[in-house]
Order: sequence, then C-alpha cells, then structure tokens
Amino acid sequence: MMIYLMCLVLFSTGVYCILVKKNLIKIIIGIGIIEYAVNLFFILVGYRLRGRAPILAKEQVIQNMVDPLPQALVLTAIVIGLAATALIVAIAIRLYEKYGTFDITKIRRLKG
Amino acid sequence: MILPLFVAIPLGSAFIVSLLGKKLRGFADSFSNLASFSLFSLSLFSLLLIRKFGTIVYKVGGWIPPIGICMVLDSLTSFMLVTINLVAFLVTIYSMGYMERYTAKWKFYTLFLLMLAGMNGVIVTGDMFNLFVFLEIAAISSYALVAFGVEQEELEASFKYMVMGSLASSFILLGIALLYSYTSSLNMADISHLLAQKGDSKIVFFVSVLFIMGFGLKAALVPFHAWLPDAHPSAPAPISAMLSGVLIKALGVYALARIFFNVLGMSSISSSILMVLGTISMVLGGLLALGQEDIKRLFAYSSISQIGYVVFGIGMGTTLGILAGLFHLFNHATFKSLLFLNSGSIEYATGTRDLRKMGGLSSRMPVTGYSSLVASMSISGIPPLSGFWSKLLIILAAIEAKHFIFASIAVLISILTLAYYLKVQRSAFFGELPDALRGIKEVPLAMKLSMLALSIICIFGGLLLIPGIQKNFLNLATEILMNGNSYAQIVFGSIK
Repeated sequence: MMIYLMCLVLFSTGVYCILVKKNLIKIIIGIGIIEYAVNLFFILVGYRLRGRAPILAKEQVIQNMVDPLPQALVLTAIVIGLAATALIVAIAIRLYEKYGTFDITKIRRLKG
Repeated sequence: MILPLFVAIPLGSAFIVSLLGKKLRGFADSFSNLASFSLFSLSLFSLLLIRKFGTIVYKVGGWIPPIGICMVLDSLTSFMLVTINLVAFLVTIYSMGYMERYTAKWKFYTLFLLMLAGMNGVIVTGDMFNLFVFLEIAAISSYALVAFGVEQEELEASFKYMVMGSLASSFILLGIALLYSYTSSLNMADISHLLAQKGDSKIVFFVSVLFIMGFGLKAALVPFHAWLPDAHPSAPAPISAMLSGVLIKALGVYALARIFFNVLGMSSISSSILMVLGTISMVLGGLLALGQEDIKRLFAYSSISQIGYVVFGIGMGTTLGILAGLFHLFNHATFKSLLFLNSGSIEYATGTRDLRKMGGLSSRMPVTGYSSLVASMSISGIPPLSGFWSKLLIILAAIEAKHFIFASIAVLISILTLAYYLKVQRSAFFGELPDALRGIKEVPLAMKLSMLALSIICIFGGLLLIPGIQKNFLNLATEILMNGNSYAQIVFGSIK
C-alpha cells in the first residue's frame, strides 16, 4: 500500500511542478516526473511479492511469477515519452532563441 | 484484408516522402496526394465491405484476439474513416498551392502523413494500449506541425499544446493501467465482456473520470480547452483545417464515444457529465468567439462551440441524439475545414489575419468569398445547407429526451453562431476594399478546387438524411454505439 502512496506523491510532485514553476525546463522536468509516476504505477500493477520472471525452463515450476505484459507496455510508453521530450526540449531551445528567456510569464504574445 | 492498409499506407508513404522528397522536385506533392487519394477510395470501399460482410476483425500477426492485438472494422469505424480521409484528401490538394510559402514542403508532408496514420490507427484499433500508441503518434506529429512556422507565436502555442497534451496522455495511460489491473485484459471487446460480468464498481467510475479528463482535453471540451485557440490558429492553414476538422474528433470525440458506449458501458452519471460539458463548451466557445478580431482565432473558438454540440448530442445516449451528434460531426468536419482553408487563402492573398484590415474581398477573390459564405451559412444553420439539418436533429433529440433547458440553450447558441459568422462575412468579404489590398489576386487552382469541392459537400450534406443513404451510413454507425456491451459478442462472433 505504502508504495502506491509514494507513487501518488511522485505524480503530485510532477503536477505541482507544471502548475507552479515558471522556468520552461522545470516544466519539462515536471512532465517527465508525471510520466515516470504513471510508468511506475503500471509496473507495480504487474508486480508480485517475491515473484520471478516467467521464463519456462526444463524441470522447473514457477509458483509465483511477475506479469511481463506491463513491462513490455511500459517500455513502449518510455520510448513514446522520449520522443515527446526530445521534441519539447527542441521547442524550448527555439523559444529561448526567439525570446531570450526561459521565463514562461514573459513568453506571452498569445492571449484573448 | 484492407484494414492494416489504413495505417500502413500513410506510415509507409511518410517514410518514402522523407527519404526521397528532398532530392526529387515535386515528388512529395504527387506522392502524398496519391497516398491520401488511395486512402479515401479505400475508406469508401470499406462501406461496401461492411454491407457485404458485416463487422470484420483483422488479427495482427495471426494472434487470436483476447491475447493478440486486433483491428476492427464496423460501421462506426467506416463512418469515421470516410470523414477523416475525405478531409485529408482535400487538404492535401490544397497544400500543393498553399505550402509554397514555406520551405521544406517534404517535411510538412511527412508529418502530415504520420498524423494521418495515427488518426486512422485510433479509429481502426480494437486494443486499449494500441489506441494509446496511435493517439501519441497523431499527437506528437500535431505538436510538431503546430510549430511548423518556427516563429514566436507558433513556438509558444506548440509548447502550451505539448504540456497539456502530455498531461492528457498520462491520464489516459493511467486509466488504461487501472483498467488492466481490474480486468487483466487490454482487448476492448474482452474488457467490455469482463466488465459486464463483474458489474458496477468504483474503479470503473474512477477510470471514466480519468478518460473524460484525458480524451476531453484532446477534444477541447471547455474546462480543458485552453490550448486550442492558441494551437489551431498558429499552425499552417491546411493543418488548422485538419486539427479542427478531424483531429479533435478522432482523438477526442470518437475515442470517448467508443470507450464510454462500447467498453465501459454508459451510465446515467457519465451521460449527464458529457451533456453538461458539451453545453458549457457550446456557450463559452460561442461567447468567446464573438469578441475575436483574428479570423483564425474566431474559427478556433467556434470549433469549441460546435464540438460542444457534437458531445451534447452523443452524450444524450438516445438513438436520435447519437445520430444527430454523428451527423453534426461529419458536417462540422467539412465546413470547419473549409472555413480554415478560406482563412488560409485570405492570408495567402493579403498577408493578414486581422478582420479590421480586410473588407470587400469577395470582389477580388470570388471563389474564396462564396465558398466561405456557404460554409458560414451552413455552420450557423441556414435551412437548405447541411448544418441546419444536424442542428435541428440535435435540438429535436433534446426535446424528445425532455431536456428542455438544454434544447433552448442550443437554439440560443445557434443564433449567437449566426451573429459572429455575419461579423466575419461583413468585415472580410463585403463592404469597402481598403486601398492597401487593391492589388490582390485569387489563389492558385489547386486551392480553389478543394475549396469548391468542400462547399459542394456543405450544400448537399443534407442529402445524407434521405432514407436510403441514411440507413447505410448514419443509422448503422448509430447502432454500433446503441448496442453498448454487445460489442464484445459482435467482435468475437466475427473472428474466423
């Protein structure tokens, strides 16, 4: 139970980071933290206490195995997250070139 | 089997265009048009297949569905495929002329085709995690396309869009994780079957809240709409047309409808949440559109308002309501993409998007002027045009379901819509031509062609309600959503 709560704390840290921080890079880090929290939760869904990998070998019976599917899914989610992060960092660099600042409160030409 | 082609054709052409587009002149143009044309004809062909064989299931890699990934072609899928690929085809024709203003046309086509692959994937897939992957492909390429101009405003809009979009994707993934832990399955039909056996539970309610947040943000329903009025106007005009015309519907409305009706099962609470969100979007989007002076920004707010109508119609959950919602979805895809293409033509000819600097453009740009008149009249619901019929059906459905307050709000907002489109027409196309714009010319042929084609669809869109056509196109799609949990039996029944 404790570990799920920690996962929630991690998630909330990320949301706090996005909502409060003014630096573009810190906002990007916040997005990263949220993604990690969700991925961690997904891994925990498939975790069994003292479980082991479900690899079949001769003369072995596995009593308690970990669900491997969430791990495969999280691997995909991490790769997607990598692509999104690369793009958003590239955009942040371009923003810095145009505005000369990372402060989100000074980057506001769009309103209304 | 044609099902995997809907993903394979755009994905493969994106690869080929990025490989050869830089070296061969004109290759990117012709090849992308070929790809989107073949997708459009395939989607029309899928309508015939549905009539002949019923629901078709494709097993990816030969794995039997509850274990492997499957793709499902039913009439709702086919309806959405026709809508998306029709708009995409006309938009690629338009881009041939319009994208001359930008460098690196082939990069544009690569990203465009990737986005199309993602959207088609979301529509055809029958697996929860696969839906998430396709959704991210479409979303990430749309972030890049919004920033395509790499000027200050584009970058700012794209950053805002990406932060909110990534948050939405995380919520969706969290919902999928919870759903997997509860049912131990990722197949949509299987989940629907298992949930029907297990009965109601709190976790399903929590998952529905996560999905409303996630997909609601992709659909730009009102509390989650803040990114749309920045992102849609900043993109190049053909992309604005795609984003407003079909992306918010494929990733947002379709996914919401499919998951709520067929997988989780529609309860009275989620139905009223969707109706209330839809109505708030209608009202706020309409009110905010009224005060805009930037023509594309006005259209973007109007998109929020019209998506409100669609979600309201589908959220009612009655047969007439869903039919009206889907019909309005199709109509909105055509007239809103036409309006964004018009705004692109205006920008192409005059170089401005500010309504206060325009006037009398109809005399110099007749095709743009009259096609935008058709689209504006259609979206505000003037009788013979397509928008009138779908709005009328939505209001009739609300009265039939005894939601009188919602029905009267829908009527009032329809009048408001007329008001702000009259403002666009008066200040852009009628009145005095300013001296600065004396020398403007009509846009190139490719752009005129696609605007004319879309305005013809707007004029004759009402014909979809003729009983013979309605039975095969709209009613079958409505039936899929009305069937609810028996989606599982239909999918498993058609595995051979």
